[in-house]
Amino acid sequence: MAESSETLLETPLASLHSELGGRMVPFAGYSMPVQYAAGIMQEHLHCRAAASLFDVSHMGQAELVGEGAAAALERVTPADVQALKPGRQRYGLLMTEAGGILDDFMVANLGDRLFLVVNASRKHVDLPYIQAALPAGVTLKPLPDRALVALQGPQAVAAIATLAPGIADLTFMGIGSFEIAGVKALVSRSGYTGEDGVEMSVPAEQAERFARALLALPGVQPAGLGARDSLRLEAGLCLYGNDIDETTSPVEAALTWSIGKRRRTEWNFPGAGRVREELANGAKRLRVGIKPEGRQPARGHTPIHAPGGAAIGEITSGGFGPTLNGPMAMGYVAPEHAADGTALDLMVRGKALAARVAPTPFVPHRYAR
Amino acid sequence: MSETKFTKDHEWVRLEGGVATVGITDHAQNALGDVVFVDLPDVGRTVAAGEAIAVVESVKAASDVYAPIAGKIVEVNAGLADNPGTINSAPTTDGWFFRIEPADAAEVAALMDEAAYAAFVDTLA
Repeated sequence: MAESSETLLETPLASLHSELGGRMVPFAGYSMPVQYAAGIMQEHLHCRAAASLFDVSHMGQAELVGEGAAAALERVTPADVQALKPGRQRYGLLMTEAGGILDDFMVANLGDRLFLVVNASRKHVDLPYIQAALPAGVTLKPLPDRALVALQGPQAVAAIATLAPGIADLTFMGIGSFEIAGVKALVSRSGYTGEDGVEMSVPAEQAERFARALLALPGVQPAGLGARDSLRLEAGLCLYGNDIDETTSPVEAALTWSIGKRRRTEWNFPGAGRVREELANGAKRLRVGIKPEGRQPARGHTPIHAPGGAAIGEITSGGFGPTLNGPMAMGYVAPEHAADGTALDLMVRGKALAARVAPTPFVPHRYAR
Repeated sequence: MSETKFTKDHEWVRLEGGVATVGITDHAQNALGDVVFVDLPDVGRTVAAGEAIAVVESVKAASDVYAPIAGKIVEVNAGLADNPGTINSAPTTDGWFFRIEPADAAEVAALMDEAAYAAFVDTLA
């Protein structure tokens, strides 16, 4: 471990994790539960069957306020922030000048301000980067005193709607404020599992009470980062630092859908030159889903070869999908090997493991659109 | 019934009729979590003590399994291919990994006994 336990930060739910038997591991500078007593497999399957509670308080939350906040944010992202209606949230990318991905993030229009959620491992990079791009009159306000929890699964919204019925009226990527178990929560109908569900920002000092109220709802069980990772990979969603980073472009990462249509006529975001060039002439590599044949998983950094041939790429995330009931991965390959069904060799411990390019998600999304 | 011996890599070893059966301990399976795949050595392979010769894959990660003693692989647990979960449910019985014909049976005797292994695990907590 690179970091000693003394230097790790804790979320406001640290004592609850301990009480629930959470197995704590270092993640992005925080001590986080990788799993509880049930184990990753059961926690994963429970989320697909009922509802699971995740502590994601390590993520960075912030507000952007002031006249022209949306236009200001567009100085660092190709997302169409100005078209985002009040009560709606959107996925976006923060871009480097060189056309790499600085981070991926969520932005919501709360009417009088924008609400941002960025990755834990990147918040110390992102927030100064956004700050530096702001004109006078627009202010970035980090929200370190707020916790973030996700309730995910086909029963998640029905369960929480017993405490706040209005949540059931949100559609996918809708956001609003609700009072839940006496706690004022900012609730968005979104998540990182491919399931229906909500992500909720609450004051840190009320987070434990809030989480206990959710765990008391029928069908709700806690789930750790291990299940979060296998769920998001089945859903085909990128993990920053694995699947996308400052070297990958939105075109390579197959995330061009997050670039607003208007932004593709203006080309006024960082790295627009590279994106434009790759859209016109093709990228040198593409992110694809990959299904190994058989049962053996291929993990991140596994070399990808053409069958019996040369290296053509690398796995960036790989594991076993409990719902898929088989191994799955994503990675980058040269464009001529990126079509669905293309045969690949994954070089696992020096031996070729046969695999094919496969469409993602591996498990269909079940969002409330 | 032969005495079960243990290694610091959390394997158990049971010598019966001149052949050592090897698996991973309950502590190890609990730390790994749900096992989804096992890569076992070829029968007939000669292995050195401490050599990584098998891989156990959980949902989360891949981990090496080491030869606890030098010798020759004479059998592997073919049932694990279809039922890798046996390693979680019965780690010290049906979840065995492979059998080794020891180069030197004294190597088995020199491994930790159950009390010594339990004390070793306690130092890891």
